[in-house]
Amino acid sequence: MSACKCNAHLDDPRAEKLRQIITKYRNTNGALIPVLHEAQELYGHLPIEVQKAISEGLNVPLAEIYGVVTFYTQFSLMPKGKFKIQVCMGTACYVKGANSILDKLKEKLGVDIGDCTEDGLFSLDVCRCIGACGLAPVIMINDEVYGTLTADQIEGIIRKYQERPV
Amino acid sequence: MKSIAELNQIKKDALARISGNNGFRVMVGMATCGIAAGAKPVFNTLAEEIKQRELSNVDLTITGCIGSCRLEPLVEVIDPLGRRVTYAKVDPQKAARIVAEHIVNGRICLDYTIGAALSAPN
Amino acid sequence: MNIYRAHILVCNGEKCNSQNAQAIYDEFKTQIKKNKLEEELTVVQTGCIDQCSQGPVVIIYPSGVIYTMVRIEDVTEIVTEHIIRGNVVNRLLGGENINLDSVIKSLDQVDFFKRQVRIALRNCGVINPESIEEYIAYDGYQALAKVLTGMTPEQVIEVVKESGLRGRGGAGFPTGVKWEFTARAKGDQKYVCCNADEGDPGAFMDRSILEGDPHSVIEAMTIAGFAVDSNQGYIYVRAEYPIAVKRLNIAIAQAKEHGLLGKDIFGTGFNFDLEIRLGAGAFVCGEETALMTSIEGKRGEPRPRPPFPAVKGLWQKPTLLNNVESYANIPAIILKGAQWFSSIGSEKSKGTKVFAVGGKIQNTGLVEIPIGTTLREVVYEIGGGIPNGKEFKAAQIGGPSGGCIPASHVDVAIDYNSLVQLGAMMGSGGLIIMDEDTCMVDLAKFFLEFTADESCGKCPPCRIGTKRMLEILQRITDGKGTAEDIDKLEILAKNIRVSALCGLGQSAPNPILSTLRYFRNEYMAHIQDKKCLAGVCKSLMQYVINAEACRSCGICSRVCPAGCIKGEKNVPYVIDQTKCIKCGACMEKCPFKAIYKNA
Repeated sequence: MSACKCNAHLDDPRAEKLRQIITKYRNTNGALIPVLHEAQELYGHLPIEVQKAISEGLNVPLAEIYGVVTFYTQFSLMPKGKFKIQVCMGTACYVKGANSILDKLKEKLGVDIGDCTEDGLFSLDVCRCIGACGLAPVIMINDEVYGTLTADQIEGIIRKYQERPV
Repeated sequence: MKSIAELNQIKKDALARISGNNGFRVMVGMATCGIAAGAKPVFNTLAEEIKQRELSNVDLTITGCIGSCRLEPLVEVIDPLGRRVTYAKVDPQKAARIVAEHIVNGRICLDYTIGAALSAPN
Repeated sequence: MNIYRAHILVCNGEKCNSQNAQAIYDEFKTQIKKNKLEEELTVVQTGCIDQCSQGPVVIIYPSGVIYTMVRIEDVTEIVTEHIIRGNVVNRLLGGENINLDSVIKSLDQVDFFKRQVRIALRNCGVINPESIEEYIAYDGYQALAKVLTGMTPEQVIEVVKESGLRGRGGAGFPTGVKWEFTARAKGDQKYVCCNADEGDPGAFMDRSILEGDPHSVIEAMTIAGFAVDSNQGYIYVRAEYPIAVKRLNIAIAQAKEHGLLGKDIFGTGFNFDLEIRLGAGAFVCGEETALMTSIEGKRGEPRPRPPFPAVKGLWQKPTLLNNVESYANIPAIILKGAQWFSSIGSEKSKGTKVFAVGGKIQNTGLVEIPIGTTLREVVYEIGGGIPNGKEFKAAQIGGPSGGCIPASHVDVAIDYNSLVQLGAMMGSGGLIIMDEDTCMVDLAKFFLEFTADESCGKCPPCRIGTKRMLEILQRITDGKGTAEDIDKLEILAKNIRVSALCGLGQSAPNPILSTLRYFRNEYMAHIQDKKCLAGVCKSLMQYVINAEACRSCGICSRVCPAGCIKGEKNVPYVIDQTKCIKCGACMEKCPFKAIYKNA
């Protein structure tokens, strides 16, 4: 696994934004999860430095924060790719062959579930039903949904993103 | 909101706008599945065509899931007489023709209707 | 994007096709090419337009002229006269025989829609969900007005109880009784929560309601707040539903702006406020106690009941928790009355249920049907049957907590009790249809993978038990199962059912018990004959080349990632089974369909 390339040091401009997020929720009951959501949006994932800052800001023990972050699948300790590929593993997609789509993605990207490609371009994850069951099987790349897929369409879709200017 | 009278006034105004303006109401199904099937470019094309043709009597709006995922994107056109036509598997090209044919010329695009889509093979 | 001057539509319905419509279509193509009109004109085949007695039918747009009983000889005349010279060919017009009124033009004329009764979905696809005015136009907030200005909390609870509404999230607890418990509980602060953590794979009714009609949930929660004496509500939504979250946020802001949320609603002194809380991808948070723990900002682990949420819920305060679909029914019940609602549905289960119908079925989608509708009606009449001429094998209902209904029970009337008798459950409403290509052992494994992965880890029966069951299923699908494994599965299943802490664990064995009940023969085939009849389990099937059909083109050999297909000119190719990784690429690419799965 490659080292973290995100430079999540708290002296960058995102640190001030994080402080604002914490201040916004300081007096809210059950503030931790909303804060984690917004912090992850800001940093792309939740490195330990960010968790420490939240711990101090909300006065919640770091152990508890780590416990929450690792409990929920939406929170990630590892950086994700520029293009986050999520393969829907809902029942409808499964019955309609999501596995062959997933296998093809693993083969073409050379990564396993949960990993990120060397160049940091793609990360591959499976996700719970995204509710587009009528279009099964579906994958989601960032916010774009691709439906009624077959395994041989995968290569073309990946190429489209590879050729996108960074 | 301080009174039921106030609520009823909003209801009256809104109903007048929805069904009583002697115009067309065009609804695009824009729930997650509709958007995934390509409803956004369809909506944009409809908006663009309506604007370019300066059609002031068309109320274009998004709506929720109409229910028939297989036929998304779905577009419903309700004419000034309240007659409904549902178009299925609409793309931007079809959307442009729906505006030109159905809304401007008053002729339903029979080959795009839900009936046509259902009798066509999958 | 090409803009065509004209469209020529040739009916492709069954009747027209039997009268040469395909050849007419081809002839139009040829003629247009011959006249170099491809850039200006397009020929399309349409579905049946219901003029079968007049077929084959050809329609020319933009003029909208309809030609009937067209023969192949007429094509030249239509092209030269109508298309090129602009003269209508009068002799081919159908005249008064043509009646387009009978053509199916809108969704409400289609069987899929006609058989539905839409209460919870009454506004979905009708109004703009981002406009409070449109919700109000269709009687929105009238129920809230009626409740606040003319009813006591007891009367509201009585109406909900009398309606017979039961929880639509899965367990089916009577909604009115839940409201009464919460109303009676003592506490300085009470909460009203909405469970929108729709986690069952294959279920998306709650998403559709939130995306299509968010105000109905807001109105219902406010009514519930009045009934149980609460001034604060929380909607717990999956973060995987960004559009639903966005529309809910818009709706809440609009309701506040119009004074339909906040202080002194309708000048009655009643206050109610709402907040959205996002889930973070944990299935167990759909369980009521886990959901509340998650709103509190902690790991979403369930807690033992009792105490029930009505007594000690969110932050240890009395809490009312209902599901999205349950709430969506409330305004209609208040406005139209308990008797109206209880007149719909079956003897013991009132009203309607929304199902997300998916899988191997023609019309996938969202349907709302009276409870008590038979599965046969759903599959064949509303759903349009199974595609590609396959056989209906079973329906999976209720997701990872539910079970299967095999084809032999297709006439069951779907309600809470009948489904439990068949070893399934209503669940939240995912209904996945399966055909002969689905392996039921593999399906059970799929759900166990899901529950084992989603087990929160708090109680051992679920944490360890689901893992052990999954291992056994893995063994069976790998062809390494023994007859004892089935006994072990049954013992484990029964123990987990009675000893797990929450609903997720208690119901985790259901997919296994249900498939064992109806498809034991498939388990046995995997164990004894080492065969997967559906050809799904990779260890138990082989890709084989049919030597007679093989033309030795070599495409399979080139696409094979394992390099295990060999052959030469004029000699059929052969797959080396010891190296084959069973990816299926060869079968997909074979132009002669000479490769098949040998189960």
